[in-house]
Amino acid sequence: MGLAKRIIPCLDVDNGRVVKGVQFVDIRDAGDPVEVAKRYDEQGADEITFLDITASSDNRDTIVHVVEQVAGQVFIPLTVGGGIRTVDDIRRMLNAGADKVGINTAAVHRPEFVREAAEKFGSQCIVVSIDAKCVSGEGEPKKWEIFTHGGRKGTGLDAIEWAIKMVEYGAGEILLTSMDRDGTRDGFDIALTSAICDAVDVPVIASGGVGNLDHLADGIIKGKADAVLAASIFHFGDHTVGEAKAHMASRGIEVRRMAAKPAE
Amino acid sequence: MAEAVIIDYGIGNIRSVQRGLEKVGASVQVTSNPETIASAERLVLPGVGAFEDGMRGLHESGMIPAISEFVETGKPLLGICLGMQMLLNQSEEHGLHAGLGFIPGEVKQIPNKINDSGIRKIPHIGWAALENKTGQSAWDSTVLKDINLGDYFYFVHSFMAVVKNDMDVLARCEYEGLKVTAAIQKENVIGLQFHPEKSGVFGLKILNAFIHDF
Repeated sequence: MGLAKRIIPCLDVDNGRVVKGVQFVDIRDAGDPVEVAKRYDEQGADEITFLDITASSDNRDTIVHVVEQVAGQVFIPLTVGGGIRTVDDIRRMLNAGADKVGINTAAVHRPEFVREAAEKFGSQCIVVSIDAKCVSGEGEPKKWEIFTHGGRKGTGLDAIEWAIKMVEYGAGEILLTSMDRDGTRDGFDIALTSAICDAVDVPVIASGGVGNLDHLADGIIKGKADAVLAASIFHFGDHTVGEAKAHMASRGIEVRRMAAKPAE
Repeated sequence: MAEAVIIDYGIGNIRSVQRGLEKVGASVQVTSNPETIASAERLVLPGVGAFEDGMRGLHESGMIPAISEFVETGKPLLGICLGMQMLLNQSEEHGLHAGLGFIPGEVKQIPNKINDSGIRKIPHIGWAALENKTGQSAWDSTVLKDINLGDYFYFVHSFMAVVKNDMDVLARCEYEGLKVTAAIQKENVIGLQFHPEKSGVFGLKILNAFIHDF
């Protein structure tokens, strides 16, 4: 026994509404972050991540209200990413009820921000999000680069070196997304995931590409990740979080059970 | 209505604890007023952050004598995470610092080496199953009375409680071969290393027991 491997559904939120279609048949309002978060909590999600994709800075406060409302009804850890650029942004999210914040672009622009954030609030609530893309050619040793702007803009930063640096600066977790796999349903980039997991000694959350339950288990067993994040596989009702956990357990992974085992 | 007073000493995420207590039906007051603390029905000492900052916060607002006075009444005090660690005698987090001393023991860094081979990731962050040495019945008439051996709770910490007397330990969890103190109790003073307010329905069961049965 040790720490259970975590399953984390991720919700994209735009102007306070869940987007990218959550398709539960029996949910009253699939655009309501509270309704959706409650459903995932009931299914056994170990955390919930909100990615704020609100484009207009005028509407940034909507995510604060979302977090406040969810935190009043869902009593598991909440992470908020997207648009976190200042210490004040972090404070507002934590005060609203977030347990962790995800820092992505702002870390690339100014790595010191991660250090300042970790010193101010503790590493345990600082997740650095890394969007990586394979840049090595066929037959070459694998190499991944950090990309921003949804995978459109290269930075020249080597993903493994960057992950190590971010942990040195105080990141408490790494949320690793393969931009090659994101949205493909082909499974995690296992080589990337295991390379990052071998390089750092903080928990790594694998993300990008989940299409079936074996992909989730592979991320843990082959990728060595501590947690797996997925969106569409849960949103579209293909599988519940409970089914995902049962499958992971059948492959020998320790997961948090919602009901205790009978006394032995 | 069952009442609970949360001690506000300037650090940590108090609102999550408040919301959890309210969810289970408590009327919650958040305060740094010593008189309110001394006369509370039930007291909750939350906390995320560094031990030294936490103790300094309690000192500077003059709340320590009030907390001691409260404990003398026999009414229940619940410490959560850093709040639990401060119930002990001392901590070695960033130098040696005195704690409240309600339960004999000290706070030590979680060793990041597993024998000589592996690395134990710090902080200890995630869901771990509760266990104890003597079986389920040990939790009867404690805040864990509605919890089963093997239920999971959410932990986030880098330091751990090393309690002097085994009898004060209610629950442990295992972390890469290390037994980590998860819940402690000495008479009316209770401590939880994990976050009941972030541990889903099982966490709420603990808060419910604290509010309605103590």
